[in-house]
Amino acid sequence: PKCFPGAQNPAEDLEDTQEKDKSIPPERAEEAKLKAKYPNLGQKPGGSDFLMKRLQKGQKYFDSGDYNMAKAKMKNKQLPSAGPDKNLVTGDHIPTPQDLPQRKSSLVTSKLAG
Amino acid sequence: MGGDFWCVFWWHGLNESLPSTEAVMFLKFSLRSVFYGAGGGNDIQWCFSQVKGAVDDDVAEADIISTVEFNHSGELLATGDKGGRVVIFQQEQENKTQSHSRGEYNVYSTFQSHEPEFDYLKSLEIEEKINKIRWLPQKNAAQFLLSTNDKTIKLWKISERDKRPEGYNLKEEDGRYRDPTTVTTLRVPVFRPMDLMVEASPRRIFANAHTYHINSISINSDYETYLSADDLRINLWHLEITDRSFNIVDIKPANMEELTEVITAAEFHPNSCSTFVYSSSKGTIRLCDMRASALCDRHSKLFEEPEDPSNRSFFSEIISSISDVKFSHSGRYMMTRDYLSVKIWDLNMENRPVETYQVHEYLRSKLCSLYENDCIFDKFECCWNGSDSIVMTGSYNNFFRMFDRNSKRDITLEASRENNKPRTVLKPRKVCASGKRKKDEISVDSLDFNKKILHTAWHPKENIIAVATTNNLYIFQDKMN
Repeated sequence: PKCFPGAQNPAEDLEDTQEKDKSIPPERAEEAKLKAKYPNLGQKPGGSDFLMKRLQKGQKYFDSGDYNMAKAKMKNKQLPSAGPDKNLVTGDHIPTPQDLPQRKSSLVTSKLAG
Repeated sequence: MGGDFWCVFWWHGLNESLPSTEAVMFLKFSLRSVFYGAGGGNDIQWCFSQVKGAVDDDVAEADIISTVEFNHSGELLATGDKGGRVVIFQQEQENKTQSHSRGEYNVYSTFQSHEPEFDYLKSLEIEEKINKIRWLPQKNAAQFLLSTNDKTIKLWKISERDKRPEGYNLKEEDGRYRDPTTVTTLRVPVFRPMDLMVEASPRRIFANAHTYHINSISINSDYETYLSADDLRINLWHLEITDRSFNIVDIKPANMEELTEVITAAEFHPNSCSTFVYSSSKGTIRLCDMRASALCDRHSKLFEEPEDPSNRSFFSEIISSISDVKFSHSGRYMMTRDYLSVKIWDLNMENRPVETYQVHEYLRSKLCSLYENDCIFDKFECCWNGSDSIVMTGSYNNFFRMFDRNSKRDITLEASRENNKPRTVLKPRKVCASGKRKKDEISVDSLDFNKKILHTAWHPKENIIAVATTNNLYIFQDKMN
């Protein structure tokens, strides 16, 4: 009888894993890859960075003093604008009114109902 | 079917004469139950039924589906999206002449549940995205559901209106007031039938109780209270009272720099009104009993699978984070979903799950790239079928997986418009982890990680499932002969 649909072939999978186990488990190999790309990852002691980032989702900071001083300093030059990720404030970038996403107007009906 | 064909030949070999039709049918039936397991899931042949949503590839953010939920009878199916809208579909009454398919789901009501807000005090933008919808059991003609975004829970009443009063004395039919001097007779207004109108109105707004982002709501089996959980706290509400809620779990450390764990999901037990569970980003589940104390910071049970320390890596904690927890309908088991697997726990056994199913183990050797593109943080949900015999969860490439707990077999299916002829049986999919790719298999590197199925729902009684891709809702049914 032919193989039932959807059944994994355990023999095949085991073979692959065993081959990898002879060297390094796949997760460790992936970890090594990541550490090679970002050597400073996970160095910071204390609470988890990514948990903190998760709790602060949606937070935007604006300081009118900073903003006006920066504008005065720059005079005619443009203020450094936000990169692709407008939520991250990095370097000399100061959030400006232009950066804030437009407040959304009344939405149209969902396309699921169309 | 190959299996059935084979068994006819076997029978023929044993006897001289050809078997009668009845004998063949009996044998087909009995062999089928031996192979597929009594009531087993893989004798379900899933067929495409409907798809809702736009066809175009350019997806507006507002159209991203964020939650899917059947009501208690399965007659209504609700979806929530990133734009704060709720769309409710209603199943058509079964057409007796069309015995080969169940009623279709058509739009019943749609409304804007939540709007975007800005908390000026904290400089916080509050998304209107609907995180969860939970239905209340029906008590009268109207339907009620709870919908929540990151900060505010709302109780919505959905009611039907099919008559309206006509024949007012002081008003015209269009609402304009009549000149009183022209009124010479008096009449009694009467109710006349009108086209069905479905109205949704917010009956309660439960706000200002969560500092962090709400990830779960769950209605208690007492049908009077419900819980809402955010990253660090769980609150208990009464459905009638909006200005007060009780904090029942608080895991916020005194010093936020010591934060190591957050709450990821919470649910009330389906039968025991004092019991609830909550899962964490470290892969643990805590069961709490509200009779033990007012603040349930001390768990009654702690479910945790011991980790092999030699397997520990940078990714271990991230992939062990539980994205969803669901009790079985019976209340005896609970299911958790972490990044790579689905686990079934017996509430009587805390030290390890009773069943573990691998969803997409081939991703273990791709964790580095999945971390870089943030996919490792995707929160997949999971669900039980009505009889608790099959569990289902989503994956990438618009694949979704089902695991039959009795036969121990699993299947991978795809939600795609390519298979969209009604009553076409879906073809199982297979991912080739490495090595030679067989025909019809797809290699891991060809998977589209932007096509994720995070939300699925199973009808409480029938084999009807709702599967949400990024912006489309698919409905599949089992093939009825």
